[in-house]
Amino acid sequence: MIRRLGAVAFAVLAAACGGAPQSPLNPAGAEAREVLTLGAIYTALAVLTYVLVNTVLVLGLRRRRRTVLPEVPEVAPAEEDERRLGRKVRNAAIVTALILAVYVGATWAVEAHVTSSPSTRPITIQVTGRQWWWEMRYQDSVPSQTFITANELHVPVGRPVVMLLQSEDVIHSFWVPALNGKKDLVPGKTNRVVFTPREAGTFRGQCAEFCGFQHAHMAFDVVVESQDAYDAWVAAQRTPAPPPDDSLAARGQQVFLSKACPTCHAIQGARAFGSRGPDLTHVASRQSLAAGTLPNTRGHLAGWIVDPGRQKPGTRMPPNPMSGEELEALLAYLEGLK
Amino acid sequence: MSSRFPRRAGFAALALLALVACEREQRELRTPPSGAATVPTIRVGGIVPGPAGALPDSIPTGPAAEDRTSPYEENAYAISEGKRLYSWMNCIGCHGEGGGAIGPALMDQTWIYGGSPANIYATIVEGRPNGMPSFGGRLTDDDVWKLVAYVRSMSAQPSKAARPGRNDDMQTKKSEQRELRKATNESSSPDGTRPQ
Repeated sequence: MIRRLGAVAFAVLAAACGGAPQSPLNPAGAEAREVLTLGAIYTALAVLTYVLVNTVLVLGLRRRRRTVLPEVPEVAPAEEDERRLGRKVRNAAIVTALILAVYVGATWAVEAHVTSSPSTRPITIQVTGRQWWWEMRYQDSVPSQTFITANELHVPVGRPVVMLLQSEDVIHSFWVPALNGKKDLVPGKTNRVVFTPREAGTFRGQCAEFCGFQHAHMAFDVVVESQDAYDAWVAAQRTPAPPPDDSLAARGQQVFLSKACPTCHAIQGARAFGSRGPDLTHVASRQSLAAGTLPNTRGHLAGWIVDPGRQKPGTRMPPNPMSGEELEALLAYLEGLK
Repeated sequence: MSSRFPRRAGFAALALLALVACEREQRELRTPPSGAATVPTIRVGGIVPGPAGALPDSIPTGPAAEDRTSPYEENAYAISEGKRLYSWMNCIGCHGEGGGAIGPALMDQTWIYGGSPANIYATIVEGRPNGMPSFGGRLTDDDVWKLVAYVRSMSAQPSKAARPGRNDDMQTKKSEQRELRKATNESSSPDGTRPQ
């Protein structure tokens, strides 16, 4: 009964994971597919071993015993019995060694492949983990072509991506289950993870190492899209923020620059250079706010600016009380930062 | 059995009392917006705008900084947050890790503009001549008080239990271990003479 319940629970869980944007059972990258294959090999072999051992056990229990005891107790076992038992032990050892060899071989093969350097020219993105958001820096050999975004990655289908992982404060862990295994971000060290997306779609990543109060609210999106869409996105990200297009937005920019905002946030093209918080140059183009905590809508943005601690207690962003008129203008300005 | 029961009940009551008596330090994870009002007026000097001839009786002092009391003097969490802000706001740029460089040292007992929490608060918010910028309007009230608590912890004013741990970065002060090793090396130098 308990076993059946367990099976039902597992099936429900598996169904819940399938099709979800954050699941290793639903791989969308070359590496994640191999990891899933490895998992399947492990599971199949473990099930096989379990069935084999239990079969042998049941057969052994059912086998009829010798009922008549010899009159004189045997001091030394018969030569023939001894040899037969020896063979059995040896065979069992060989099978065990073979199973272990398959495990080791499969792990080596997959591990070597999912961590290898890509053969074609990859996209290199430097990821910095901070409490509790992600800074993504798209690197380029031409310094002026480098740009910074936050909590959202865009990558084209089929091109390998190299992530250079760093941390600003404590240990975080970068994990996009649909694309590859996890890798820690360790302060003072640069780790590396590679993935090659094979399907278009939006996949969710999450910090996978407990890092403080808001560890659970430290997520990001990976948007896998066609090469054309990716090129357009990159071109848009490289441009500085346009000047405000109406008087309300112009007032909003004034509010942004005169309040505490530029102490921590940067907006390229608006004389705001703070680097402690996410770069807001194209904040309106992102899907979520506060590292996957809130959908990027006007109402959520307003609530987040005025009282961030309500959504994310412990967040480094302080509350920003302001008048309704100032908030309206600020929202109009931020919404224009596409 | 009947004699044991009251004793057990007594122990249970004592244990319960001990649990209740443990007071955990309050960590303020969320500052409500109403409590975060940034300082509205910053006094930049004794000269105040106003109609000609209408001199005020006394120079207005902006927010009555001297009346303010620090909410975070012995709060370890707030002091560690202050330590974070100290590096985020680039206090290190001038004051170093407390030893001072361009700006005065903060880990000694000398205070040019006063060393009480209210004085330090006013210094951060208003700025001071010869380079100390004003952080009023750039930091919330709450964050300034956290910084005040950390600045005071540099000269060992809050209790040791509340002070943050040593940094991994280069230090102005030598670590206790190094001080100790130096002392033992000196006392056991081969020629037996103490350095002058």
